[in-house]
Amino acid sequence: MRGTEIPVYAKGEFVLIEVKNLTKRYGDNLAVNNVSFTVEKGKIYGFLGPNGAGKSTTMNIITGCLAATSGTVVINGHDIFEEPVEAKKCIGYLPEQPPLYMEMTPREYLSFVAQAKGIAHSERTYQINYAMEKTQITGVQNRLIKNLSKGYRQRVGIAQAMLGAPEIIILDEPTVGLDPIQIIEIRDLIRGLAEDHTVILSSHILSEVSAVCNYVMIIAHGRLIASDTIENLSTYMVGSNILHMTVRGDLNRIRMAINTLAPRAKTVRYEENTEEKLDTYDIDIETARDEDLRELAFRTFVDEHCVILKMFTEAISLEDVFLKLTTEDDEDYKEEQEEAAYLEKENAFAPDQLSDDEDGDEEDGGDEALDEDDEDDGDDGDYTPMFS
Amino acid sequence: MFAIYKKELKNYFINMTGYIFISFMLIITGIFTTIINLMSTYPSFETVLSNITIVFLLIVPILTMRSVAEERHSKTDQLLYSLPVSVTQIVIAKFLAMVTVFLIPIAVMCCYPLILSIFGVVHFGTAYASLFGFMLLGATLIAVGMFMSSLTESQVIAAVTTFAAVFSMYMMSAIASLIPSGVMPSLIAFFVVVVIFSLAVYGLTKNATVAGITAAVGAFLLAAIYFIDSSVYDGLFVKVLNWLSVFDRFSAFSNGLLDLTCIVYYLSLIILFVFCTVQSVEKRRWA
Repeated sequence: MRGTEIPVYAKGEFVLIEVKNLTKRYGDNLAVNNVSFTVEKGKIYGFLGPNGAGKSTTMNIITGCLAATSGTVVINGHDIFEEPVEAKKCIGYLPEQPPLYMEMTPREYLSFVAQAKGIAHSERTYQINYAMEKTQITGVQNRLIKNLSKGYRQRVGIAQAMLGAPEIIILDEPTVGLDPIQIIEIRDLIRGLAEDHTVILSSHILSEVSAVCNYVMIIAHGRLIASDTIENLSTYMVGSNILHMTVRGDLNRIRMAINTLAPRAKTVRYEENTEEKLDTYDIDIETARDEDLRELAFRTFVDEHCVILKMFTEAISLEDVFLKLTTEDDEDYKEEQEEAAYLEKENAFAPDQLSDDEDGDEEDGGDEALDEDDEDDGDDGDYTPMFS
Repeated sequence: MFAIYKKELKNYFINMTGYIFISFMLIITGIFTTIINLMSTYPSFETVLSNITIVFLLIVPILTMRSVAEERHSKTDQLLYSLPVSVTQIVIAKFLAMVTVFLIPIAVMCCYPLILSIFGVVHFGTAYASLFGFMLLGATLIAVGMFMSSLTESQVIAAVTTFAAVFSMYMMSAIASLIPSGVMPSLIAFFVVVVIFSLAVYGLTKNATVAGITAAVGAFLLAAIYFIDSSVYDGLFVKVLNWLSVFDRFSAFSNGLLDLTCIVYYLSLIILFVFCTVQSVEKRRWA
């Protein structure tokens, strides 16, 4: 993966995009909720999230197609709201639906975009030819776009984004609606783009992001809930087993047993089981994949005179991480919504106060810890977002 | 900006719109010229122009309906927004492209007085001045149509609202003559306008407080002016309606007057509607 070839830059250097506290509100609906992240040169970033998570909205704001309710986006030193023309020159954007004029041929279309992007006349033909070659649409350059297949249209859209040699190329769900072969081709194309550009793509399919990107940002309900390199996500989360146990016994003794097991575990979490009778606890112990704690756990708990009612292990995949993060957030989100509805009743005559309260809740949430994580390079082992 | 202008202009001739517009306009002008000038051997071309202003009712919607609505419908507007071009430039480019299409039949029509001069004496001054006025009137209506197109995603709705707007402008002086010109009718009419305006504000912002404030401020101002000097209202609403009747201004041109106020009037209306279009497009980005 390309990520390994990239030298480690000092923090803050080669930052291409800096998004700070970005919020977008549609009426009462928060589409993007206090999102902050940075994009550095030379990587492929993946925005991952279920449908309606706010991926497209975030991308539309970054590219200047949409205005934000609050927050800043700085692209290569230019604020997209203050100096839109300068900022937009650094970005090539392919929206979710390729913005193609159906009555044009790819060549006409590309020359229009090239001209609109202000590419010098002498360079235009070369750039158009290069983009067409790279996206392999040279063969269809004189056919009307409306007669092209979805895969080719997508390529024309990508070629359009490449024109003007922008430093950043943003692709919104580039493989949606394509057949499996086209998906593979488009993925190869994206990897090729990464040689000259920094690429940000969005997807709701995890395998796609993990196949193409170095760096993943998981978004759900408009919030950035995880942001790390694929390697880190894999190492810290995928390469784990979870030992689920239900144990009955004295809390102090259970704590003792857990302390005995702790050196061999990554994270331990326990909580009282409300369904069972008194003194019953659910314990989740996360271990390395090759570690099997079952036998030791059995002996330890028996030594502490506790009864193991249930015990099984489970391996987590990146898919689980994704599901877990997004559905966990679902629950938080519902709670928050209920709380907001409650507050709304309380403060029916003070709508301003309501929004303040909401903001306050978000700051208390787990986002902050994760935001910090995306800043350090992740090679120190303090990654504990899930079971802490 | 030039790229967008070129693309827009080309687009009118890639599909049928441009050809339909030009041919329709030329056919109507041709018929009226034949009837008025050739068959009844009447030398003034401006009479033709003042008679054919009604074609704007049909041809302006044809020309303007797709301008912004179609981009929005096919999501190509996102491309334009992501280009290093400002919204104002995009809107101006689109407007200029439409005016250019409109100028093609105008250019052809410039030949008509010359042709007529073969058969007798034609006053070129009044003919070309009224042609200039005709062009200004058309450009103003195109700006109105572009604004209507920017309000919706559907070309059909854009066409219908443009037709309605142009039609009400066409009928404005007739409507104005129906309204009694006393103080009270004027005041009531302005109150109705304030109510409609605040309802529109509510429709756009879904914010009852803002709409309420708008209505209250409007009503207060109207009442205040009424108590300070009620004579202000005498026939004021009729005056306002007459001011809005874009077509009436053209009669000055067709009567052989090159009136500077009329030119300024049309130019300011064009700027107003281009500005409104920019705002309407920007508003969508802020929505």
